[in-house]
Amino acid sequence: MTAMPWLQHLIVLPVLIPLVVGAVLIPVNETRHQLKFGFNLASTALSLFVAIALLLMADNGHWPLDIGVYLAANWPAPFGIVLVVDRLAALMLLLTATIALAVLIFSMQRWSRIGVHFHSLFQFLLMGLNGAFLTNDLFNLFVFFEVMLAASYGLVLHGYNLRRIRTGMQYIAINLVASFLFLIGVALIYAASGTLNIADLTTRVAQLGAEDSYLLSVGACILALAFLTKGAMWPLGFWLPGTYAAASPPVAAMLVLMTKVGVYAVLRVWQAVFGDEAGVLSGFGLDALMIGGMATLMFGAIGMLASQDGGRMAGYGAIISSGTLLAVIGQSEEGALAAGLYYLVGSTLAMAAFMMLIELTERIRPPGAALLAVTMEAFAIEDKPEDPVGVGIPRSLAFLGLAFAGCALVISGMPPLSGFIAKFSLFHALLDARAGDGVASVAPMTWLLIALIVLTGLAAIISLMRLGVRTFWASGALAAPRLQFSEAAPIAALVVLCVVLSVQAGAVFAYLTRTADGLARSADYSERVLTEPSVRPAAGHGGAQ
Amino acid sequence: MELVIAISVGIVFGAGVWLILRPRTFQLITGLMLMSYAVNLFIFAMGRLWVNQPPITPVAGIDPTQFADPLPQALVLTAIVIGFATTALYLVIMIGARGLTGSDHVDGEEPRE
Repeated sequence: MTAMPWLQHLIVLPVLIPLVVGAVLIPVNETRHQLKFGFNLASTALSLFVAIALLLMADNGHWPLDIGVYLAANWPAPFGIVLVVDRLAALMLLLTATIALAVLIFSMQRWSRIGVHFHSLFQFLLMGLNGAFLTNDLFNLFVFFEVMLAASYGLVLHGYNLRRIRTGMQYIAINLVASFLFLIGVALIYAASGTLNIADLTTRVAQLGAEDSYLLSVGACILALAFLTKGAMWPLGFWLPGTYAAASPPVAAMLVLMTKVGVYAVLRVWQAVFGDEAGVLSGFGLDALMIGGMATLMFGAIGMLASQDGGRMAGYGAIISSGTLLAVIGQSEEGALAAGLYYLVGSTLAMAAFMMLIELTERIRPPGAALLAVTMEAFAIEDKPEDPVGVGIPRSLAFLGLAFAGCALVISGMPPLSGFIAKFSLFHALLDARAGDGVASVAPMTWLLIALIVLTGLAAIISLMRLGVRTFWASGALAAPRLQFSEAAPIAALVVLCVVLSVQAGAVFAYLTRTADGLARSADYSERVLTEPSVRPAAGHGGAQ
Repeated sequence: MELVIAISVGIVFGAGVWLILRPRTFQLITGLMLMSYAVNLFIFAMGRLWVNQPPITPVAGIDPTQFADPLPQALVLTAIVIGFATTALYLVIMIGARGLTGSDHVDGEEPRE
């Protein structure tokens, strides 16, 4: 089909690389920390390159209709499992790899050493995330969710202390129940439609009889419950702030990505299955998503105002971000969706940076070294993670203040950074689209949504400012903390990325508009997946065609 | 047969839901296990109930309605394996929590009287 058939295998690499590296790292002794870190870093950097390559290929017409299809084990769809990369999947892969790289470098000096098997679990988490973004099969999605969750259970408990084990137990119990709901939803969808391939489902939804479409919608609702538990929609998101605050900072930064997986899964399944092709079921449940998203916004804003410490505040920030996205998906406007995706990228980068930053700002306060004590006992780790060695950076307070301000601007959506651009274009799209339909007035729900987004922005800036004032201006005898280069650099890189995102907003928006446009054409998606030919061995030499 | 299966799945799942709302970790894990059994039976039943039918179509050109659906069986197998692994993981954490907190309450501390 193409001049370079091996390029096709790039699609499976984001799953394979972390799987192999994670497995290889398990038997390596914990004392060989540098080696483990090196492997992990190489693998994550490679994933980043693959993600960039996939993004370019998806955007530059490498594949017909800009959708790359990989038939795992060469079984044609819908019989085998299919991996699909389109613009949205490539974007999410890139976001994951970027944040993973930053988090990994951040955790090099200190956090990866407070427990065992950090690097393997990190790789398996990446495998689960990447797989969930790539797969086109609902049951395969379940498997990747479980891989991701199993790794996250280990990571939440990483650096085993009392607080982590308490919240970890609740986190795991909730997610196990959510997994059961996922399975029930998948089973119902299979019973109704006879397929679990999302692309195949797209073509079959419209032809279902009344009873079967009823069963399908019940299944989709239960499935959505499982997704929205991950995506922390109110009232399914109560587990989130406690877990985020208790997890170690690098892990919390990765958990920010995991809430986005829930939102991504909702977006992917709803756009494909309940899109324009779906007949009577077209647009099913979108109102519920919008109302749920708005309730989540309110819950997040109130929680953010009420929380005192940075970790919980960041958790509520993630809830606000999910709420905005869900409400935008519920609007199902292409322009609004592009703005929502822009918001997703910016807010995820900023939230991840913020999670890591909070830990550094806490060093300004008198040292509370009690945190590591339990870990040492539990794992009988002899050598304490050496505190201030390595290259320190000068003017650490100025750095912390600036990075904090940058993150706060993006999270609350204040000008001039990407959060503001995202919200502004979102409002523009919401108001403009309604006017374009020939409807004179904007629906009251849309006004309500806009008001809520503005108000949550206000709540976010109030609580972040309060935290900033308390940390930087009012903490009395302020000692500049010793920050290491490897801890400051990833945060700086993520904040700079947010700035780049604002400066290059035009180019990014063009890409995201194409993404939203592609998502809306669910018929193209199913056609590409279902007509992908399996590879036949060429005559004579067994090479791929 | 359908009615019997449906009612028993419902009873097992209901018992599981009741148990996971209890405050002790042992009750919680028993509830999770019951729920996972119920879910597995449910997936199995979603391939329709068959008696004495071979699951896989041996040759092309025959009537597929005469054969049991093999896919839910494969799904159930995967779900069992994953459920088993996560339950085992949860047991480890339960034991860890019991050791660290000295309590088997899910909050890690005994409720105040």
